[in-house]
Parts: sequence; C-alpha cells; structure tokens
Amino acid sequence: MDLYEYQGRDLFERHGLPVLAGGVATTPEEARAIAERLGGRVVVKAQVKVGGRGKAGGVKLAEGAEETVARATDILGMDIKGHTVHKVMITVTADVAEEYYFSYLLDRANRTFLCIASVAGGMDIEQVAAETPEKVVKAPIDAVKGVDEAKAREIVEAAGFPAEVADQVVDVAVGLWRAFVAEDATLVEVNPLAKTAEGKLLLLDAKVSLDENAGFRHPDHEALVDQATVDPLEQAAKEKDLNYVKLDGEVGIIGNGAGLVMSTLDVVAYAGERHGNVKPANFLDIGGGASAAVMANGLEIVLSDPSVKSVFVNVFGGITACDAVANGIVQALELLEQRGEQVTKPLVVRLDGNNAEAGRAILDGANNPLIERVDTMDGAAERAAELAAAGV
Amino acid sequence: MAIWLTKDSKVIVQGMTGSEGSKHTRRMLAAGTTVVGGVNPRKAGTTVDFDGTELPVFAGVADAMKDTGADVTVIFVPPQFTKAAVIEAIDAEIPLAVVITEGVPVHDTAAFWAYNVAKGERTRIIGPNCPGIASPGASNAGIIPADITGSGRIGLVSKSGTLTYQMMYELRDIGFSTCVGIGGDPIIGTTHIDALAAFEADPDTDAIVMIGEIGGDAEERAAEFIKANVSKPVVGYIAGFTAPPGKTMGHAGAIISGSAGTADAKKAALEAVGVKVGKTPTETANLMREIMSAG
Repeated sequence: MDLYEYQGRDLFERHGLPVLAGGVATTPEEARAIAERLGGRVVVKAQVKVGGRGKAGGVKLAEGAEETVARATDILGMDIKGHTVHKVMITVTADVAEEYYFSYLLDRANRTFLCIASVAGGMDIEQVAAETPEKVVKAPIDAVKGVDEAKAREIVEAAGFPAEVADQVVDVAVGLWRAFVAEDATLVEVNPLAKTAEGKLLLLDAKVSLDENAGFRHPDHEALVDQATVDPLEQAAKEKDLNYVKLDGEVGIIGNGAGLVMSTLDVVAYAGERHGNVKPANFLDIGGGASAAVMANGLEIVLSDPSVKSVFVNVFGGITACDAVANGIVQALELLEQRGEQVTKPLVVRLDGNNAEAGRAILDGANNPLIERVDTMDGAAERAAELAAAGV
Repeated sequence: MAIWLTKDSKVIVQGMTGSEGSKHTRRMLAAGTTVVGGVNPRKAGTTVDFDGTELPVFAGVADAMKDTGADVTVIFVPPQFTKAAVIEAIDAEIPLAVVITEGVPVHDTAAFWAYNVAKGERTRIIGPNCPGIASPGASNAGIIPADITGSGRIGLVSKSGTLTYQMMYELRDIGFSTCVGIGGDPIIGTTHIDALAAFEADPDTDAIVMIGEIGGDAEERAAEFIKANVSKPVVGYIAGFTAPPGKTMGHAGAIISGSAGTADAKKAALEAVGVKVGKTPTETANLMREIMSAG
C-alpha cells in the first residue's frame, strides 16, 4: 500500500524524525484552521499518488490564512494526471540551502534491503543515477543486522555528505531504518532531505509503501486506506475476502490461483483480438476452496459490473474437486436468483483436473441456458470473447 | 532420480496438527511420501493417526531429525509464526525446508533469508507462498496434487501453483522428473536459476519448462543464466501481459512497478537467449511436446 505524502510525514513524525509542522485539509475551511495554527508563510501541496504535481500547479506558497484558503480552493478538486485532488497538505516553509536524497527499499533481486543515498537530491534519483552514477550510493542492508550508527556512518561517508551535516544524516539514517522496520515498510524515500540555511536537516517529502502482508501486526494501517479512491467493486470484493482487481474490459473472469487467473486474462485478451477487441473486465481469484458461497459472492461481484457482457469461469481442480466447483456454480446462480438478482449474462465454464468429468456432468445436468461448457482453456476464452463481443 | 526430493526423502511437517497441516499430511502420505513425524512443542510426545499411520509429534525440528533421520520439512504454520518456524529449521540444519504459508510479511522472509545466508545456506528454502515440490512417483512435499501426472523426464519450475498443475496436466502424457513451485512472493528462498541449475545437472531431466509472471526481474536474470549455463532445451511461459501497472495481481510479488517487471520484457529476455515462449499454457505445452518427441 502506497501512502500519501501527509501520511508519510505523520509516520516520520511519530518515529521522531525531523519534519515540518503541518496538517492535512479536505476543505478550504480546514485549510484556514491549519494556516491560523501554523501562522506566517505556508506551502499548500496537492496530495496525489503521482509525480509531477509541482509542474501541474499542485504546489503553491501562501501568506496568511486568506491566501491559504484561496490556494487550497484552487488545488482541491484539481485533476493531476487523472488523479483528482481530495486533500491538501499545509506545512510551514523552510529556507532550503541544499537538497539530498535518502531511501530504504526492498531489493527483490538480492533478497535483501537496499539504501540509496545521494548528495544530489531534489530531482529524479533514477535520472541522477543515469547521468552521474558517482553521486549515488547503493548500499545493501543486512535484514538481520540492520542499520546501526556504524553502518549509517559508512553510508554517509560513501555518499560524501558534507561534514557539517554528517552527524544529523547519521541520526536520520538510523531513525528512518527503525521506522522502516517498525512499520513493515517496503519503501521509505525522502527527496529532498534538505539542509536549511541554519544548517538543520529536514525530511521535506515522504514516499512510503507498507507491506499489506504485515497488516496483522499493524491494525492501525487499515485506517491509512483512502476509501474515496477505492473502486466500489474492489471494496465490495474485499469485504467478502475476495481477491479482485477491476479492469477495463467486457469479459468477467473468475478463476482459482493467482497465476492461472493472470494467464486467463491474457488468453481472453488474445481471443478478444479476433472478437471486437473485447478485453478482460477484472481479475478475480477465488482461491483453493471455491465453495458455492464463495462462487456466489464472486459471481455477484463480477455480474454487478455493468461493463461485463460475458463471464469466463476457469478452474483447474488441483486440491479443489471440479464437481464441488460445478455444484458451486449451479447453486450460486440459484442463490443469486433468491437474492433477487436477475442473471442474464452468459457464463462460459471450463473445468479441468480433479473430478473434471463429474463436474462437467453436473453442469450439463443443470440445463441452465446461461451456462456453456467448453473443455479447453483456449477454446473457452475464445467463446467467452465471442459472446462478449455479441453482447456489446 | 529427481532434484532435491527423492523417494528416499524423509519428511516432517511443522504445523502437522493444524487443519491445513493435517489435511496435507494425509495427502502426502497417500501420495507415497515418507512422512516421519510432525513438530508442535505443545503436543510433543503424542502421536497423530493418519488412516492407520501413527506419526510422532516432536518438540522441535532438531529432535525430529535426530529421532527419524528427517531431511525435509514442510511448513504450514500461520504467517505470524512462519519466521520462527523457518529459523528453527535453519538452526537444525535440515537440508530442505518447504514453506507453504501465504501472507508472510516480507521483512520476516528477508530476515530468515539473511539468517540462512549467515549460517552458510545449509538449508534450501522453497517458498514462501508456494505449492511445494513434487517428484512424481517418488515423493511429494507440499500441496501439489499427486495424481495429475506420473514420472517422466521434464523438469518444471513455476512461480504459480495452479499454473504448475495446469502444465503438469497438459504434459501428463510425457511426465515430470520434478515440479518445483517456487512461490509468488517478492523474496523467495529458491529461484528459477536455482532450479534451472539443478535440472541442468540432473541426469533424469531432459528438458525444462519455466513459468514466470509479472514483477521483479527474476525471469530476466534466469534468461542470462540459461544463456551461460543451460544446455538442455527450455520452454517458457509468462503470465500477466494484460496486468495494469501498480496493481498487485493476487501474488504479493506480482506487480508492475513503473516500467519494470512487465511480461513483455520477460518474454523478450527469454526469447533473446533462444527460449521458446508460449502465448498460452497450452501452446507452451505443445512447444515442449515437440521438443520431447524430436528428442
């Protein structure tokens, strides 16, 4: 889960890292209250999870409460690269003398964590690394040993931070590592890490990603999810413990296992190239169990997407038995009817693997005109695409 | 022969008394796996009956190894306890630890991996978030259904569970030496490269199917490895061509970050080193069938 800048700033502050005083507002009136509390000159920053907001006019200075309200009014509701601004962060300003870069992140390839540090901050670090690689230090961090003062000092020296800020950067490096571990983050990025004219170090931006698998250790992280930007179908699916991602096509997809469902999306997209360019409408992995109730919940979510014109249920019975899945599908349709849902969209079902013959017989025996059985994955994808194209 | 798991492997189960652990212990036994016991400190000294097979429960992995000669552990404990369970397996220096558990925090996986490296990598870790490893007809450690295919001369390595099953099913007429599900997490103990190296060295494997998916650059690095080190034919499949950037597709590791980790890049990297990449699982299986019948 990626956090907004203000959430990252709050997180840093909770872990004792030096950040600017500030607050977050969803309305101009809230912005006024924050400006009055802070006093003097402030910066109003659009909160969007996309880069380039400065160039888009999403970051403005303001003097006093009235100007803050005016700037917040301008920025709230603004569209930045397809993201609507619902919140602005307001902080006091800093007199910045130098800008550095500092981050910790997950290094998948080396199965560890990585620290990236540079005295050339304030710009895109990938660009700095490409143009002046000597200015970027990448230090692997041992996940067991972590970052203590000695390790931090090693990084600070390697990156060539000026002597007058070295001790402060060491403190930030150790504190930021503690926050990274304590919050189960996969990324904490500070760009810029600024030195003020008075020689004080400040974390002026915050890019933080948290590991959702660690949610059981962090009940507070759930509150960081921005409900306003969550797709309503994805939200409904989550409440039913379904692994669902909304996409932009017409063929609803239900399958078991993340890899098989990803593969199903691809095969449907290829088939769609021959049928009006229809595409998969969603990713939905119903997992190993695939009981009637789970299938009904899955079908309900997929069928409630108005762009869906046909549904492809693709199940390989490994541990799951196909007869149980077939019963699940038939009962799910009955269940939906009992719930008052009018199911009119055709279902193409492919069952293979464990007890496939029995499962297919159950589908045939159901005599439901909406259910069409195709026994190969490629063939079923073709048929589902064809039906979606006909229904568009 | 096979890689890492053979008919002589003696398997213990950490979490054998839990619901998943006991269900799959029963299945592993039915598949002919030599399961010799389980681990649960609170139930040490008791036994559990699996359809007539009495399995002892030990207090720890080291005790179980000492008593039974176990050389493989399959870990089913919940995510909260997985790190401790794997570290216990590493401390006992068991040669193979298969971590089935899904939802392990990546900081925990990074920590037990670093611990394993510091200890000299005496334990091969497969997973987490994986279906395990099966050498058809010989042994089965994990949750891969044993009756999909028999033994044969294809080696299979895959990030995905159900795609593993699908591929085993498609090529059941030829059969497999070993099928390894390495898991879909961002950090995993056994990589495509580890499996490719083992299959290359295995006299009973003639060709290799490699299944990847979006996220990270494991497939790109595997391609480089194949170019330098693999003489046996390799056929590839990549899932996730239509996945949008920034969205996690079921597996914690299956996410395109910016322009990195796309299926197109992985396919291109594999094809550049002469690996044939199928568009669908069925097409991939057919590519392998052609190789085996030309063989």
